[in-house]
Amino acid sequence: MDFSYTIFIPLIPLALFLILGIFSKKIPPSISGWLGSLGLGTSFALSLYTAYHYYLEGKLNGVYQTFTYKSTWLIFSDKLHIDMGVLIDPISVMMLVVVSTISFMVHLYSRGYMKGDDGYTRFFAYLALFSFSMFGLVLATNLFQMYIFWELVGASSFLLIGYYYTKPSAVAAAKKAFIVTRFADLGFLIGILLISYYSGTFDFSEINNPEGYVITSWASTSFMGLSVMTWGLILIFMGGAGKSAMLPFHIWLPDAMEGPTPVSALIHAATMVVAGVYLVARLFPAFSFVENGFALEVVAYVGAISSLVAAIIALTQNDIKRVLAFSTMSQIGYMMLALGVSKYEGHEGLGYMASMFHLFTHAMFKALLFLGAGSVIHAVHSNYLKDMGGLRKYMPVTHITFLIAALSISGVPFFAGFFSKDEILAAAYEHNMLIYISSVFVAGLTAFYMFRLYFGIFWGKEKQYEHTPHESPMSMKIPLFFLAFMSIAAGYIHFSDYITADRKPFSAHLNYSLAAIATTVGLIGILLAYIFYKKENNLADKFSQAFGAFYKWTYHKFYFDEIYLFVTKKIIFGIVASTVAWFDKYIVDASMVGIGNVTVSFSSKIKGMQSGKFQDYAMAFVGGGVVLAMVVFYIWIN
Amino acid sequence: MIEGISIYEILTLTSILFFIGTYGFFTRENLITVLMSIELILNASAVNFVVINTYLYPDFLQGAIFSIFIIALAAAETALAIAIIINLYKIVYSVEVKDTETMKY
Repeated sequence: MDFSYTIFIPLIPLALFLILGIFSKKIPPSISGWLGSLGLGTSFALSLYTAYHYYLEGKLNGVYQTFTYKSTWLIFSDKLHIDMGVLIDPISVMMLVVVSTISFMVHLYSRGYMKGDDGYTRFFAYLALFSFSMFGLVLATNLFQMYIFWELVGASSFLLIGYYYTKPSAVAAAKKAFIVTRFADLGFLIGILLISYYSGTFDFSEINNPEGYVITSWASTSFMGLSVMTWGLILIFMGGAGKSAMLPFHIWLPDAMEGPTPVSALIHAATMVVAGVYLVARLFPAFSFVENGFALEVVAYVGAISSLVAAIIALTQNDIKRVLAFSTMSQIGYMMLALGVSKYEGHEGLGYMASMFHLFTHAMFKALLFLGAGSVIHAVHSNYLKDMGGLRKYMPVTHITFLIAALSISGVPFFAGFFSKDEILAAAYEHNMLIYISSVFVAGLTAFYMFRLYFGIFWGKEKQYEHTPHESPMSMKIPLFFLAFMSIAAGYIHFSDYITADRKPFSAHLNYSLAAIATTVGLIGILLAYIFYKKENNLADKFSQAFGAFYKWTYHKFYFDEIYLFVTKKIIFGIVASTVAWFDKYIVDASMVGIGNVTVSFSSKIKGMQSGKFQDYAMAFVGGGVVLAMVVFYIWIN
Repeated sequence: MIEGISIYEILTLTSILFFIGTYGFFTRENLITVLMSIELILNASAVNFVVINTYLYPDFLQGAIFSIFIIALAAAETALAIAIIINLYKIVYSVEVKDTETMKY
């Protein structure tokens, strides 16, 4: 089976980036839009073709095979080398499909959404760069290649968030995203170095090899009670947590909503933020077996806490994109916790399958939610819920597709989200009861805040609009239709036939009692939202006042930003950095200047030798002669 | 040959003259007096030639002849030096040594 044509999937967007970037002034906007969409459409078709062939024919003895095509790039020693190449296995093919689908839909949507903007070609160039980087990350064969593309994805995200570079808030948000993820990537790098130093390889197939060093000899070196391999994996997860906006590193995601809405749909909902989940999934055998899955427990708890905190914060936000950002954080928390509670063999690997399934369905409905929100924001020229209401009369298509996505994310039966969320809850129920209870609660909260948004935008009292809100043109409606279709249809794919932890398909059945609990919780959430928000009333305000200080804390996102600013400004800058700066200025610089001063003062003392008085020169001449004569006389005597 | 005076005493005289000349060369403040000190140096060396000639090699005349050369040399050199001083005067309008110290740090 030859999958080497998959190298073209990232190369087409790379070529697009170079062409659109270098010739951006000369290409008229209509052409760049078409070119971008065409290129991504080709990548989309290639990804579907790859998926069709791989899932139908990639099995050998019932186990999905890995196909790698690579060439050695940098050689450190005869065992340690970095390759560049393409890795085809179940999750990378699935991610190819997800990334190319969402990217293609976003390209089609952006043709209409960004029309008239000055930097139109630049936008498509950046989108192409992002697509290239994401494909490269997904197809990476070794940790280092993944790290390279990881950083590239971070750079594209920076460029796209800061797309409106004249707006100070956008620039600040771009910087924040890049700095926070870069800080997390420090942990990632240290983790890579640790693992490659002790195991002698960067390659995924070696690290995940059940007979390789990592899985058999992890106990050989330990540090502070945990194996060095475990530390490496936890640090690698730190990098993943930064990129996926998991708890301590989540502060960049709400601010990243300053970017244009198609960017939010592509990067911060469906593709880049799942890179951390993909990383843990990629290294899943290592995570699962090293120290009996200790690192995996860390993943599970971080995911569960993030999903809970994000869902609580999302209840109180007024900017619709912020609500969707926290919703993304919460759903990624679901994916992480599903991976965290998963084991490896057969049905025990249900969490792994559920996580990947939820990644797939979430990409579809979250992108749809963002694109719908984009249309709404464009129509009313405001991001805030208070400026919206009763829009269902003016934007029927956006209304229905948004409703489909909201039903999907809330886990209403027959929609895709129901199936994937249910598998996650089943996995959590089988392995960790505390996480299961927290996840059920979050499911209820999700339904509530999603429908708060839905009723707040499309029902309720109509506000004063500057001009009558109008529906988007047909070119922008096609992606909405396709994603809405996928938000329902994706749930019916038997994911356990294709993507499992040990590569052998198993059959997963719906656990009807758990499904009933989850559906009930979801419907209660929807009902509460209906009561609070369908018609204008002040039930919500009275309820939030009852919570008093807790409401204030939640509204301010638990003051994470303020705490981090305090730590960096007062403690790190004020104490550590200023001491070091003092040392640098008054000791290091002073010694350098001092060396210079020594030379200058010495020279000013001996400049008297060039006094310009010929009598002094004659004196020196005679003095030298006398000394010479004495020497000669002394030698002559002896 | 002068009776009663050995060579050492006259050599002492010439060395004292020589060093008075060098002292004057180093410390005088007027360029002309510096020239005069140079004359003293040359004179001392000329006397030295003659003395060594009469006391150590009485049958030869080379020493005395050479001292005449020294006189001629001194004259030429003084003429040259005066010429330089005159040209220098046209610029600094002084024959003091302290006005010639411009080529310094």
